Amino acid sequence: MVATLFAQEAVAATHVANVVTRNAWIIPAIPAILVVLIWALGKRLPRGGSELGIIGMGVAAVLSYIVLANYIGGNGPLVVKQLQWFPFGIGQKLGLGIRMDGLTAIMLPVVTTVSLMVQIYSTGYMHGEKRYTWYFTALNLFTASMLLLVVSNTLLQLLVGWELVGICSYLLIGFWWEDKANSNAAIKAFITTKTGDIPFLIGIFVLFASTHTFDIGQIIAKAEAHQISTLTLSAAAILLFGGAVGKSAQFPLHVWLPDAMAGPTPVSALIHAATMVTAGVFLVARLFPVFTGSIAAMNVVAIIGAVTMLMAALLAMVQDDIKRVLAYSTISQLAYMMAALGVGAGNAGIFHLFTHAWFKALLFLGAGSVIHAVHTNNMSEMGGLRKVMPTTYWTFVVGTLALSGIFPFAGFWSKDEILTEAFRVGHGTAAAHGTPAVGYVVYGVGVVTAFLTAFYMSRAVHLTFEGEYRGSAHPHESPRSMTFPLQFLGVLSVVAGFVGIPAWRDGFASWVGVGGEVKVSSANFVLIGISLVVAVAGLYAGRRLYMPAPATEPLERLGWFHTLLVNKYYLDDFYMKGIVRPIRDSISTAMYWLNQNVFDAAVNGAAGVARAAGRGVYENIDQKVIDGAVNAVGIGTQDGSRILRYIQSGDVQRYAAVLFAGVAVLVLLFTLVFR
Amino acid sequence: MSLAWVLTLGAFLFSVGVYGVLARKNAVLVLMSIELMLNSVNINLIAFNAWFKDSAAVGQIFALFIITVAAAEVGVGLAIVLLVFRHRKTINIDEVDLLKW
Repeated sequence: MVATLFAQEAVAATHVANVVTRNAWIIPAIPAILVVLIWALGKRLPRGGSELGIIGMGVAAVLSYIVLANYIGGNGPLVVKQLQWFPFGIGQKLGLGIRMDGLTAIMLPVVTTVSLMVQIYSTGYMHGEKRYTWYFTALNLFTASMLLLVVSNTLLQLLVGWELVGICSYLLIGFWWEDKANSNAAIKAFITTKTGDIPFLIGIFVLFASTHTFDIGQIIAKAEAHQISTLTLSAAAILLFGGAVGKSAQFPLHVWLPDAMAGPTPVSALIHAATMVTAGVFLVARLFPVFTGSIAAMNVVAIIGAVTMLMAALLAMVQDDIKRVLAYSTISQLAYMMAALGVGAGNAGIFHLFTHAWFKALLFLGAGSVIHAVHTNNMSEMGGLRKVMPTTYWTFVVGTLALSGIFPFAGFWSKDEILTEAFRVGHGTAAAHGTPAVGYVVYGVGVVTAFLTAFYMSRAVHLTFEGEYRGSAHPHESPRSMTFPLQFLGVLSVVAGFVGIPAWRDGFASWVGVGGEVKVSSANFVLIGISLVVAVAGLYAGRRLYMPAPATEPLERLGWFHTLLVNKYYLDDFYMKGIVRPIRDSISTAMYWLNQNVFDAAVNGAAGVARAAGRGVYENIDQKVIDGAVNAVGIGTQDGSRILRYIQSGDVQRYAAVLFAGVAVLVLLFTLVFR
Repeated sequence: MSLAWVLTLGAFLFSVGVYGVLARKNAVLVLMSIELMLNSVNINLIAFNAWFKDSAAVGQIFALFIITVAAAEVGVGLAIVLLVFRHRKTINIDEVDLLKW
C-alpha cells in the first residue's frame, strides 16, 4: 500500500519534471519580466524592488532544480522546442527556442541559485545605495541574459544572450561611474571581451557557411557525422574559442577581469566569478563535437588553458587587493576548465564549473563582507578579523579549502577529476581524444597551479583574518542578510562535490554527457595523493610565511620575478603602449589630417558655394518676391479692414435691415430670375 | 374662406413685425414685433394644415413647437433687456451699441 503510493508519487514527480523541462523557456522569462517590473515599480515598493527580484528568482531557482531532477542519474530527455523568430535568406528560418539537455540542466540551477544568493546578499551590502532599484534591475537583466544564453538552441540566439551579459557586465562594473576609474574599467572590460567576440562572430559565420544552419543540434550532428571538413572545423573552433577567451578571461584577453573588480562585490561574485565568465567554458562544452573534431583546436584550447592557469595563479600571489586575488584565482580556475575541455575531458570541466561556482561565489561574498566591515580592499589594512567576524571567517575558510582542493570539499573532487583525466590523456589510457604531450603538460601545470592556488588562498586568509587588526575602521560581523548566503553557499561548497565522486556510476558525468561516452573512472589514489600533498603544502607554506603578518612582503625576495608579477608581466602596459596608443594615435593623426585637408576642404568649398547661392536667393527672391507678396497681403488686409470695419456699427436694427434686404433680394431672385 | 385670405393675413402680420423690429426704438417693442413675426408663421402653418387636411397634423405640431420656442426666446430676450436697463438706465436700442469696432 505504502509502496504503491510512493510509486505513484514518483510517477507524478517525474511528470512535473517533464512538464517543466518542456516549458523551460519560463526560467529565463521570469527574470526578464522581473526586469520590467522592478524598473517600473521598484521605486514605489518598500524595499526598492529587491523583494520582487528575490521572490521571482526563488521561483526560477526551484524550477531549475525541478529541471535538473530530470537529468539526475543520466538518461535525461533532450528537449528542443522553438518558435520561428524571423525568416532570412532563401528558405532559411531562425528559431527562438530552447535546447534542454544535461549541460543546460546543470547551468540553470547554478545561475539561478547564485543570482538568488547574490540578491539576498545585496539587500544588505547595497543598503542605502541611491541607485538601489537600478542595481536590482541590472542584476535581473543579467540573469535573464545568462539564462537565455544557456537555453539557446541556435548560435545566433546564444550570441544575443552572450552580448547581453556583456552589456550587463559593463553596466555593473561601472555601477559607481562617478569615479572615472570605474567607468574606465567598464569600458576596458567591454572592449576587451568585444575583441574576442569578433572572431566568435566570424566563427559562427564559418559554421553557417559550411552547414547552412545556426541550429546547435544540427551543427553538432554534422560535426559528429564528419560532414564538415577538418580544416573548416579547426578554423571555426579556433575562431569560436576567441570569443570564449574574451568572455572567460583567458590569456591573452584576461586583462579585463581584475579591473572588473571595480564593480560592487556581489556583482563580482555573480558575474565575474560564478556565471558570466563561465559562458566561454559553456560555449566550448556546448559545441564540444566541433572542437573534438579538430586536434589542433583542442590543443590550442588546452595550451591556452595551461598557460592561463599558471600565469594567473602567479599573479594572484602578489596582489594586495583581496578582490584581485580572487579575480586572478577565477581566471586560473576557468583555465582549469578550459584545459579540461582541451584534453577532451568535457564532463570534468563542467564538473569544475559547477563546484567552482559555489565556492567562488562564496569567497567573493565573503570578501565583500570583509570589505563592508573594514571599508578597504587592501589586505595590508586588514588582519585579526577572525574574532569579530566568525561567520565570515569560517565560511571563507570553507571556500578556501574547497578552492585549494582539500578532501572532501567540492573543489577536491572536480579539480582532481581534471588532473586525473589530463594524466590519463598523457598516459594514453583515456577514452578522450587528445595529444599525450598536451595531456602531460596540462597535468604538470595543473599540479603546480594547485600548489600556487593553495598558497595564495592561504596567504589571503592569514593576511585578512589572522594576527592583529592593522586598519583604522571598527569591523563588525555583517547583517543576517549577508551571512545567510555565506552559510548557504558554504554548505554547497562542502557537499556539491559528492555528486561527482568517482565511485558513483551514474554520477555527475552521466548527467552532463559532454565528451562522448561516459566511462567509469576508477580513482587513481597515487594522483589523488599527489594533489592532496601539493595542496596541503601550499596551505602550510602560506601559513609559515604570513603568520604572523610579515612587515615586508616575503615574495619580494624573488627579485626581478616579483617585479614582473607586480607589473602583471607588463601586459597591460604592452596593450596600452604597444597596441591601443599606436593604433589610436596614428589613426587619430591620420584622421585629423584627412579631416583638416580633405573633409574640411570639401565642406568649406561646399559651404562657400552654398553661402554665395544663399545670399543671391536671399537678396533677390526672398527679400523682393516672397517678402513683397507677404507684405502686400498684409498691407492690403490692413487697409481694407480699416474701411470695412465701419459696417460693424453695433446698431442691431441696421443688421436686421440688411438681413431682411438680403431675404428680399433672394425672394426676388427665386421668383423672377431662377423660376 | 379661401387659403389666400389667411395667407394674406399672415403676410400682413409678418410685415408689421418686420417694421416693428426695424423701426421701433424700445427694446420691449422690438421683442413684441418678433413675436408678431413668429405668430404670422404659425398662422401660415395652421392654414396649410387645414388646407391639406393633413391627418398627421404636422402643421399644428410645428405651431406648438414654435410657440414653445417663442416663449423661451422672449424669456431670454426680456432678461437681457432687464439687465441692459439695470446697467445703462435705458432700453433704447440706438444707445445700446457696444458691440462695434
